Amino acid sequence: MEENYIKHQYAPILPEKDEWPVVKLARERKDFVKKVAQLAEMRILDLIGKNPEILKEELETTLYREKLRIKQNPWDVDPDDEGLFWGEVKSNLLQIHTEFSGSKAKKLEAYQAVLRKITARYSEEIASNFKASHYKFTRRVVTYGFSRLLNAARVKGFGSLFSNQYTLQDKIQITGQTAQLRELARKGTVVMVPTHFSNLDSILIGWIISVLGMPPFIYGAGLNLFNISIFAYFMNALGAYKVDRRKKNMMYLETLKTYSKEAIQFGCHSLFFPGGTRSRSGIIESKLKLGLLSTAIEAQRANFQNGNSDVSGKIFIVPVTINYHFVLEAPGLIQDYLSMTGQERYYKENDEFSTSYKISKFLFKFFTKGSDISVSIGRAMDVMGNYVDEEGKSLDKWGRVVDTQEYFMSNGKVTVDAQREEEYTQMLGKRIVEEFHKINRVFSSHLVAFVAFELIQSKNAKLDLFDLIRLPQEDLVLNYEEFKAACQRTLNQIFELKAHGKIDAAPHLNRSMDEIITHGLDNVGMYHAKRPLIKDKSGNLTTEDMSLLYFYHNRLHGYGLEKLF
Amino acid sequence: MALKNSSKSQPIGVVGVGSFGTAIANMLAEKNEVMVYARKQEVVEEINTQHSASGKILNPKIRATFSPEELCNSCGVLFFMIPSAAFLEVTRTFGPFLHPYHLVIHGTKGLAVQLGEEEHLDSLKKLRRNQILTMSEVIVKETLAVRVGCLAGPNISTELSDGQPAATVIASKYNEVIQEGQRLLRSEKFQVYGNADIIGVELSGVLKNIIAIAAGAFAGLGLGENAKGLLISRGIVEMAHLSKALGGTASSVMGLAGIGDLVTTCNSPDSRNFTIGFRLAKGESLSQIMASMEEVAEGVNTIRIVDAFLKTAGIRAPITENLHRVLFEDLSIEEALQFLMKYPFSVDVDFV
Repeated sequence: MEENYIKHQYAPILPEKDEWPVVKLARERKDFVKKVAQLAEMRILDLIGKNPEILKEELETTLYREKLRIKQNPWDVDPDDEGLFWGEVKSNLLQIHTEFSGSKAKKLEAYQAVLRKITARYSEEIASNFKASHYKFTRRVVTYGFSRLLNAARVKGFGSLFSNQYTLQDKIQITGQTAQLRELARKGTVVMVPTHFSNLDSILIGWIISVLGMPPFIYGAGLNLFNISIFAYFMNALGAYKVDRRKKNMMYLETLKTYSKEAIQFGCHSLFFPGGTRSRSGIIESKLKLGLLSTAIEAQRANFQNGNSDVSGKIFIVPVTINYHFVLEAPGLIQDYLSMTGQERYYKENDEFSTSYKISKFLFKFFTKGSDISVSIGRAMDVMGNYVDEEGKSLDKWGRVVDTQEYFMSNGKVTVDAQREEEYTQMLGKRIVEEFHKINRVFSSHLVAFVAFELIQSKNAKLDLFDLIRLPQEDLVLNYEEFKAACQRTLNQIFELKAHGKIDAAPHLNRSMDEIITHGLDNVGMYHAKRPLIKDKSGNLTTEDMSLLYFYHNRLHGYGLEKLF
Repeated sequence: MALKNSSKSQPIGVVGVGSFGTAIANMLAEKNEVMVYARKQEVVEEINTQHSASGKILNPKIRATFSPEELCNSCGVLFFMIPSAAFLEVTRTFGPFLHPYHLVIHGTKGLAVQLGEEEHLDSLKKLRRNQILTMSEVIVKETLAVRVGCLAGPNISTELSDGQPAATVIASKYNEVIQEGQRLLRSEKFQVYGNADIIGVELSGVLKNIIAIAAGAFAGLGLGENAKGLLISRGIVEMAHLSKALGGTASSVMGLAGIGDLVTTCNSPDSRNFTIGFRLAKGESLSQIMASMEEVAEGVNTIRIVDAFLKTAGIRAPITENLHRVLFEDLSIEEALQFLMKYPFSVDVDFV
């Protein structure tokens, strides 16, 4: 091995599971759900300025959208009493309309009662069903099951099923600031923000967190994943709360934000995929969804407001990139992307993870044939994007200690200013994107895909992306020597960037160029039916699926490497 | 913690006691305690004992200090009123003492460039946007202050000091900065507008200096009011396009900091930028003019930076380009005017 990957047993940072914030939260679930509902109600009332007419309008909009959703887009996980509930809301609204024509205060009170019902329902629906026993079981199953599979596949011969030669950590390498992360998780509250390319990310990150000896993180998982029973079990066990992307009404979104903020303030380490959804194009997220991110800033300010201004009340943002040779959903993702940007085809929801069977098949392939994954843990930052040290102290560009609280102060006091926090959220989003690019780890497969696509594009400079993708196969052949020279140029530039701390590279990129190319070709999108890049009989390179090549190529977008072609 | 008191007893800080800085300090002193910073000890003493700065009269309530640390520790709100040539240096001096709780509002019209160690603006022909910094970007880069604003508009210091009616705009991404600036400065004779597009407002104030040089040149050539109207309207179009290309919005150019300031500057023969244009038209060269001016007119520097930026931005800005050729490439001002008259502006307004 060219580099010592971090591969050792981490002692749990909080051995007693009763001390885990997520367990405490599960114990107090009922009260917590109630509190979230109440706070969300207050928040919404503030937003609409306690005006009964606006509240009425919002309620009616929510009702209308919910009825539409139930009719047009029902899911397995949806509770049976949904129609009943919204029917009741409807008759309540009608009743208020006819009975309270006079007094404003009474009207507001009546509408507020309906609002209360809705936030209570949403809050209950969002809340996670974490059970420590399930968690322990899941963790054991994942680790045990995976390592059994792995050993059976790699060590041949009788008895290999019981060999312990390979563990999961041989396949999934964890690099970066692991020690700092463990340290900070003990001292304050961690919000982890990973890149998102595959539905497997959630389980992968859950496993990483447990390997690192940290208590489970809570995170918002798309409710669609709960449609699949095997996923639902894992998700619940890993402390997931539910995010329903179909519900875009203000009341739902505010309840969701309140839940996230309160959980962070409670001390629960959290995980957001700040891209909001899997990257369709394969490009590292550059525009983040700021809704949940803003809750981290809000929670930090609330902690300061409550006088909780030492390290225990501090929130640490930890960017993480997950680096793959192979993304199972790539064909569907890139199709989505192309039809969204190209507009010549209709947009169609394409879910590669629709069945448990498909997932199991992938997992089996993954463990038997092997495709390495690495997870890079970035340096932790405070909510303003300043790096923090092992003690949790924020440092500015010049290494001086910064008091994060001062960002929230005016006239010597911590103050609430929603507009200010909105700006801060944008700043934090930009910093996270910057960090993603710095810790992104280049694999051989990214390199070959990038170079091949750029070469093809430069040979067809007049064509746009959509014409390129439709090129006939015979126009897609690249001479090996030319390809190799271009790979070398690109790799040199990558190492140049790496020397400036602007990107990271996997150790296998230190091999000879022929070896790197072979490694890259073997790995790039290796389980797809149509391979993005292969060697033909004469030793030249060609692609079987140009859009997949484009997808894997995009991983190196955003570094100005295109200038080399 | 340095800031225990409420804002009422906290003085407002003003950095720089040039004519604009003094005028603003006096206006602030009508409602608040004010502490000003000056680099030279004798100026500080003059202010504290005789209540004047290089002869300009100051409100007796204004105290002066030459310690950046004292100023930062005593004040929560700071006004940076410094010439653009000294901006970077002064900002760096204050850097170690500025905290994230400080609100900083600057009144400087200029651009800074970020260059590598061996590069110099004279030799550099091209600039990308990320090599150019507005003054608020300088503050954010060099200090921990994030809540930054700028002050721009038609504000001739002598008129302000005379108490004539005027207005200004405070631009910031942060509402609290705008509100605080309005609270501190607004009076019966001074109206304060707000704008969230700080980059656009800063650029308006900077770019109008280019047009002011052209206005001076027109006057020097003896051209009349028709020509001035033509220049102002074409100037606004050019400013709007440049502002957009540099990250501002076109609408800010329509406001006080754009049209407002442009009209004022094009009609004030005393302004430095106007004078340069005027003397160019009378046949002097840039080096002759510079030799007899105490301070560099900001417009000259701006023309240089914007001209280098045009090379990477892929847009045209005929007034700027031609002034650049007049200033640095021996084109005569008459030829430049000829060129502008022939330039194919086909559309009157194409940016709104």
